[in-house]
Amino acid sequence: MSSSRGGNGCGGEGERQIHVLAVDDSSVDRAMIARILRSSKYRVTTVDSGKKALELLGLEPDVNMIITDYWMPEMTGYELLKRVKESSELREIPVVIMSSENVPNRINRCLAEGAEDFLLKPVRPSDVSRLCSRIR
Amino acid sequence: MALHVSSAPPISAFHHLLCFFFHDTYPEMEYASSLQRQLASMKKNLFDQGYLDEQFYQLEELQDESSPNFVEEVVTLFFRDSSRLVANIDQALQKYPQDFRRLDNIMHQLKGSASSIGAAKMKNECTSFREFCNKENREGCLRSFQKVKKEHAVLKQKLENYFQLLRQDGPVDKATRSGN
Repeated sequence: MSSSRGGNGCGGEGERQIHVLAVDDSSVDRAMIARILRSSKYRVTTVDSGKKALELLGLEPDVNMIITDYWMPEMTGYELLKRVKESSELREIPVVIMSSENVPNRINRCLAEGAEDFLLKPVRPSDVSRLCSRIR
Repeated sequence: MALHVSSAPPISAFHHLLCFFFHDTYPEMEYASSLQRQLASMKKNLFDQGYLDEQFYQLEELQDESSPNFVEEVVTLFFRDSSRLVANIDQALQKYPQDFRRLDNIMHQLKGSASSIGAAKMKNECTSFREFCNKENREGCLRSFQKVKKEHAVLKQKLENYFQLLRQDGPVDKATRSGN
């Protein structure tokens, strides 16, 4: 079995490695998205809430992309998206929303707020590959 | 054993002899293949009976040398979370008046995780429960929840058995192992 199975190396390597912040309150989904991203050679940091995501973003400006679940307690992915886009330091970071529910209004609202993409869960490696060209 | 020379291609007769030779000379290989047959059969049943769907294959696809126990790790995470969520729903169902929104939220989380690992039957029962929730039908919720719990317990047992057997089988890719 090849170790690059499912991954396309889009995440880069060494200094040029793309750092993704993955936000999801579900430990199962965090494990999944982290694995999918890592198999495409992204560097991944996971957090379980929007609040923690903002804390980390406040400290580490080297995040190149944020991928977040929509439905989380306390702060939804949409609210996180808005906070990122309202911030002068963070607004350039592409934000991708994930959701288990296909709700057109929700999708449109997120895209209108500046989300890069909206992925339906369960997320597949091919969904992540799709992001590849947008992020660079 | 009779060799059918007429209609069968020569390779199948040779194959019989080869198997006979190898099973006799490399008993470990025979054991490995019987275990693998058991595993394959177990897995097939899980899919045929609808416990798992093709999302489980997606998990397997993500497993490789850099993450050799990924499937089992994720399944373990799932049952850790799901046990907690099931307990929360149990508690929430005891309360009066019923907070259907809260019940739905918890069930949404459970359904999401079940879906992520390909736990098809569980996912379906979660959906039913949410439908009763939306209609604020407490009786329906209680009945449906019994089914959720049952599917949860059955899947847990089946997957525990599966992974136990898988561990006996040793590291990934034994098909080419030649009895060493």
